[in-house]
Amino acid sequence: MTARMRGPALFTAVALLVLVVAPAVLDPFRLGLLAKYLCFAIAALGIGLAWGQGGMLTLGQGVFFGLGGYSMAMYLKLHDAGPGNLPDFMVWSGVERLPLLWKPFTSPVFAIAAAVVVPAAAAALLGLLVFRQRVRGAYFAILSQALAAAFTIWLVGQQGLTGGTNGLTHFYDVFGRDPETDGAKRIFYFVVAVVLGALYLLARQLMKSRFGRLLVAVRDGEDRVRFLGYNPATVKTVAFAVSAAMAGIAGALYVPVVGIISPSLLGVVPSIELVVAVAIGGRFSLAGAALGGVLLNWAHTTFSEQYPSGWVYLQGLMFILVIMVAPGGVAGAARWAAEAIGRRRTGRGPSSVPEPAGPTHGQKEVAAP
Amino acid sequence: MTSPSPPASAAAPASEAPALLEIRGLEVVFGGFRALTGVDLTVRQGELRFLIGPNGAGKTTLIDVITGLTRPASGSVGFAGTSLLGRREHRIVRLGIGRTFQTSVVFEELTVAENIDLAACFRRPLPALLRQRRGTSEAVATALERTGLAGFADRPAGVLSHGQRQWLEIGMLIAQRPRLLLLDEPVAGMSRTERDRTGELLVEIAKDHTVIVVEHDMEFLRRYASQVTVLHEGSVLMEGDVAAVQADARVQEVYLGRPREEKTP
Repeated sequence: MTARMRGPALFTAVALLVLVVAPAVLDPFRLGLLAKYLCFAIAALGIGLAWGQGGMLTLGQGVFFGLGGYSMAMYLKLHDAGPGNLPDFMVWSGVERLPLLWKPFTSPVFAIAAAVVVPAAAAALLGLLVFRQRVRGAYFAILSQALAAAFTIWLVGQQGLTGGTNGLTHFYDVFGRDPETDGAKRIFYFVVAVVLGALYLLARQLMKSRFGRLLVAVRDGEDRVRFLGYNPATVKTVAFAVSAAMAGIAGALYVPVVGIISPSLLGVVPSIELVVAVAIGGRFSLAGAALGGVLLNWAHTTFSEQYPSGWVYLQGLMFILVIMVAPGGVAGAARWAAEAIGRRRTGRGPSSVPEPAGPTHGQKEVAAP
Repeated sequence: MTSPSPPASAAAPASEAPALLEIRGLEVVFGGFRALTGVDLTVRQGELRFLIGPNGAGKTTLIDVITGLTRPASGSVGFAGTSLLGRREHRIVRLGIGRTFQTSVVFEELTVAENIDLAACFRRPLPALLRQRRGTSEAVATALERTGLAGFADRPAGVLSHGQRQWLEIGMLIAQRPRLLLLDEPVAGMSRTERDRTGELLVEIAKDHTVIVVEHDMEFLRRYASQVTVLHEGSVLMEGDVAAVQADARVQEVYLGRPREEKTP
């Protein structure tokens, strides 16, 4: 069965492209940008899991991205300040003692663990409260968005604790390296790429498992699932927590790559932009979701370099087009094209093809005529 | 009142078996409308019970109360000695009650085998579900074979016809291994041959399960029912074997709206 081979072949091809070709042809600045897009792809992957597979439209993923990002940034700030010293922004804000919340973040292990566990725990708590009460659909979306708004307002208000509007920035020593050097940028890039690949495979395995099948069942018929003896609230909570953990990991990786975490990166608008990216990439496909995360952010940067204010309109236009013309996004369109080509090759004309047939699909190429 | 002798099977042993489902004085009110008024119903272990009645008699409401979808105003519902009232739907399933719906809901994106497999696995703890399904478990194989859907095992359930979907739901129910099965109009909208197959399936299942079937179709009832409960305007009108029910003048009046004139085949 070539259909079986196509997935691994495509994954290998993309992995080679990302791990070998891109570092060879891109200059360090562009490679750093790609690393940033890949961070967004990790968060998008999580949205693909929660929304595409689980039907939970989460408009507050920035919160979890932020929890991960701030966890990492707090450690880096404390590390830069040195033992017993306060981070620079606290000194400027007139804070005299290290806040209790910051204390455990002197440990890098704690910080990295917190970047995963805190978002997951926050999502699990929210999920338990909300899904048990059978809040779903638009109500859940609005709730998650309100959470993003509240979180940024709180962050901005706590100048001495969180760095306020400016967030946390200026990191000089990231795990023994100066983040501005080309060598460090390359390493960060590889770390992000490998983590993305690993999380993608993990998510795929999850979706292939019984739990994954159950998640799809909950998406398509939550009320029916109850009569199979499962509690949909539990299933959704677990999936939502995994998705939040992915956003947290994305945020934690973003900090060394980009060098800042601030409220403007994780409020309502960035959260919605992530969802739009997933919709355009293809929410029903994990790969599509990740691809959307990369493509949209790449397009954002590239387009904004030329027309700074035009991006919002272009993004809106793409979103509308996807909703109206291709609900499956880029991934859905690619699958459709591949199937159409497959049909052409095996039999002439779509009607003459018996059901499974077609052993002559191309190994991986979609574009071949 | 000439009542032809009953099919002689099922009825006798069932009456001595212990009661599995006991409903007493059940009242359900929707807004101001009393959907069920003082319903008493006892179903014994191993019984195949048909629940009939004209539209709006409260048949589906009764099923909904048993399965936790609808909360009654008063009354009691006992299942094997435990009360079902106030329990959430999936908890009731875990006690061993499974149901199908009038309009079948199957998971169209999942394959037929995956649909049945999910139904079979609900007793497993969540971490155990993280494993991938490999091969076909015995429960799934049995359900596929009994429902005649083995040929469709790896096709998405979305490709099934209406009748096949109903069978898939029944297959999922079998895989669930419930102690009590509730089927809500399993042959509605089916062709004649599909109805025959469903009837045979039903009789087969009833051999080792307790089953309650809500049904409209009188011919189906005559062919496959033994014990029948007739609901009318939210209360039990009468209970008995098919022949007695068919011969009953009140049943003829409420159910057919006029005296019965056709002959039993």
